[in-house]
Amino acid sequence: MSVAEIVLVKQHLIDPEVCIRCNTCEETCPVDAITHDDRNYVVNAEVCNACGACLGPCPTGSIDHWRVVDRSKVFTLAEQFGWDELPTVEEAGATTSDDSLATLVGAEAPPQVNAAVSPSSTKPPHSAAAPQTNLHGVKNPITATVVGNLRLTAENASGDVRHIVLDFGSLPFPVLEGQAIGIIPPGVDTNGRAHHPRMYSVASPRSGEREGYNNLSLTVKRMTEGDDGQPFHGVCSNYVCDLKKGDTVQVTGPFGSSFLMPNHTGSNLLMICTGTGSAPMRAMTEQRRRLRAAGTPLPGKLMLFFGARRAEELPYFGPLTKLPADFIDTCLAFSRVPDQPRTYVQDRLRERANDIAELLRGDTFVYLCGLKGMETGVLEALQSACTAAGIDWPALHQRLVDEGRFHVETY
Amino acid sequence: MSSIDYSSKIPNNVNLQDDRTLQRALEGWLPNYLDWWQDMGPTGSHGFDVYLRTATSTTPDGWATFGHVKMPDYRWGIFLAAQENERKINFGEHKGEAAWQDVPGEHRANLRRIIVTQGDTEPASVEQQRHLGNTAPSQYDLRNLFQVNVEEGRHLWAMVYLLHKHFGRDGREEAEALLERRSGDADNPRILGAFNEETPDWLAFFMFTYFTDRDGKFQLNALAESGFDPLARTTRFMLTEEAHHMFVGESGVSRVIQRTCQVMKETGIEEPAELRKKGVIDLPTIQRYLNFHYSVTIDLFGADQSSNAAIFYSSGLKGRYEETKRSDDHLLKGDGYKILEVKDGALVEKEVPMLNALNEVLRDDFIKDSLGGVNRWNKVIEKAGLSFRLTLPHKAFNRHIGTFAGIRVSPEGKAISETEWAANVDKWLATEEDRAFVASLMGRVVETGKYANWIAPPAIGINKQPVDFEYIRFN
Repeated sequence: MSVAEIVLVKQHLIDPEVCIRCNTCEETCPVDAITHDDRNYVVNAEVCNACGACLGPCPTGSIDHWRVVDRSKVFTLAEQFGWDELPTVEEAGATTSDDSLATLVGAEAPPQVNAAVSPSSTKPPHSAAAPQTNLHGVKNPITATVVGNLRLTAENASGDVRHIVLDFGSLPFPVLEGQAIGIIPPGVDTNGRAHHPRMYSVASPRSGEREGYNNLSLTVKRMTEGDDGQPFHGVCSNYVCDLKKGDTVQVTGPFGSSFLMPNHTGSNLLMICTGTGSAPMRAMTEQRRRLRAAGTPLPGKLMLFFGARRAEELPYFGPLTKLPADFIDTCLAFSRVPDQPRTYVQDRLRERANDIAELLRGDTFVYLCGLKGMETGVLEALQSACTAAGIDWPALHQRLVDEGRFHVETY
Repeated sequence: MSSIDYSSKIPNNVNLQDDRTLQRALEGWLPNYLDWWQDMGPTGSHGFDVYLRTATSTTPDGWATFGHVKMPDYRWGIFLAAQENERKINFGEHKGEAAWQDVPGEHRANLRRIIVTQGDTEPASVEQQRHLGNTAPSQYDLRNLFQVNVEEGRHLWAMVYLLHKHFGRDGREEAEALLERRSGDADNPRILGAFNEETPDWLAFFMFTYFTDRDGKFQLNALAESGFDPLARTTRFMLTEEAHHMFVGESGVSRVIQRTCQVMKETGIEEPAELRKKGVIDLPTIQRYLNFHYSVTIDLFGADQSSNAAIFYSSGLKGRYEETKRSDDHLLKGDGYKILEVKDGALVEKEVPMLNALNEVLRDDFIKDSLGGVNRWNKVIEKAGLSFRLTLPHKAFNRHIGTFAGIRVSPEGKAISETEWAANVDKWLATEEDRAFVASLMGRVVETGKYANWIAPPAIGINKQPVDFEYIRFN
């Protein structure tokens, strides 16, 4: 395996020397990622979504331990059951030890195992609204009704991406742009256990998919093949993509307390996404669009870089192209248009290097969401844009991360 | 008490603002509770700002709100864990039926008795521990004591809520009586024996929170399975707080052991009398404290054969520990369970119907759980390279309830004569002299970041604060 192919994940671990086996974490975990035997309490890396719900209730401080490890070498449950103490960072083969969720990369990442490898802010923008989190777990999910299911990609596109609208009726379920929710597919897995929830970013603003309604939207891609290109049936994505109007679904969440948008209207948003990573960008853009429509002055700029294979496969392509240029500066990148060179978001970033550097000098918040493959290229493009403009990128990058201005979510 | 701002003064998720009946019941009870706290709560604590955890909601980020709080201004709240959708009764003759949201008439008396017995232990332990604040070995420990105290107070509220909400006038009278009984009072004692024993020093406090609060954990777990849903939800939320109490016990004893081992290593002294001169508690004394608290605590589970336990189970009121994780039929009618009895001077096993042995089942689960922590304490000794090991005494040792009451059994589990007992009891249970020695070490340490000589600082502070954080502002 070449270095470039190593995928690092932050694995959540419990310190067996400090833990008193009180069961509070297992009881609290909204996705049932924690289990125990006679000896130890352990965390299943395949299920844990690093939501942090277990941290506050732990009476001992043993719960807040993290190791960055190669995804193919995460500690199995059997290994964790056998521990008397935590492995050292070196034993873990880890690159760093971050003993705090405060330094966890993309703690609110929607995928089960967060794949973000670049630094990400762990706090929200200073002016973000206070999010509500973990109102509903697997033991007390909230029921939503499907009120819309629209195919976003063209009929001849290879990918089936859907715009799903869920209504919560009279039950409160407040979400902010950038937050995610869980959906519990019905039925049981091959081991006869209930499916754990899958996470999806919300694609609608805080005031609802339809303004003033208690509903929200999701952007869901039907999974028909795995990372290796082999046929693979995504249990939850197929379930969600097949939902009909009037169906009910079991929902958990909301999740996420840092990937949020600033409330002050003078702030600039630099949004970079691919595929269904557009969901939070759509939510933030729509929030600003509604403010503008209501006559609120918006001195802040919006800049969006959006990548897909072809225009036909780009979710929200139609509505996006209708947004006025004085509201949002949009750059699309297509990587599979016949007879044209493959273009990725980082290529568009390089073309607009001057404008990006100018934007980054101001009151700007950066958001990256989408496939993990874009991360390195995007960061390199940002670096070269800044370097060319005489900006010290490492220092700026660190400041953006520290100030809640640089948010990365990839899968 | 007519102007209570219910939502902010009494954090709750039971819709107190709109429940006039509950408000009236609480308005009658609250002044008496505050009087009780003033009289029987931690002595000398009234001016302090204490770094406490307050539950303000049941969501993961809401129930652990940290900040400095003036002790009498602590906001005791009323919380039920989130309701499970369409929860069923999971055991007994009503298995498969919808869980009860109201008290079923035929089980009213038994449920009231269960709730009152549980509720009585909560203020009792506050009374037992009220003088410990005068001898705390550090701000960190004083803060932990107060956290335990305010949460025991909240657990009393939790039980009083159930009595007020679901048991009418009887419930209100029982709620008053909970404030009238006193730990150790000859005329009006607390209901259960162990809750009338003194908690005279900090080693006793750590042993109490390790063993006796663990009895609480198991009782609460059994009640969290109850078919009476409000009781199940209340106790489920209480368990998250109870976990902190056992943490105080397990880490407290562990730190005492760690400090003793450190001094043993540094000085090479193993002789208890010589070690005592160094101002630390020798390991055999710790073992004798352990023997006492363990044996007194396992009495709390009740008689080894009990028709009441069978009735509580069969009628769906009180389940077993982790009932829903067990794979039997949850009726237990034909099942047997092995208990011990004394025959011809020896302890022998005998099989009895499991339904009648449910106290023993819960006791055995407790014993297994207790052993885990003792093994972790031994790891501390082992790490120091010392050969001493702590053990749990036999479950028939020093018992006063059930088959073994009145029978003398050694810690190893051998039935012995009264003479043999008298000759050895000082080796097995903490003596007056042991207690006097431990008491002699108890001096109050108030400086921020300082710890008494007989105990090691903790490995990690509260809520990720450093161990030298100002946990108490004495003002």
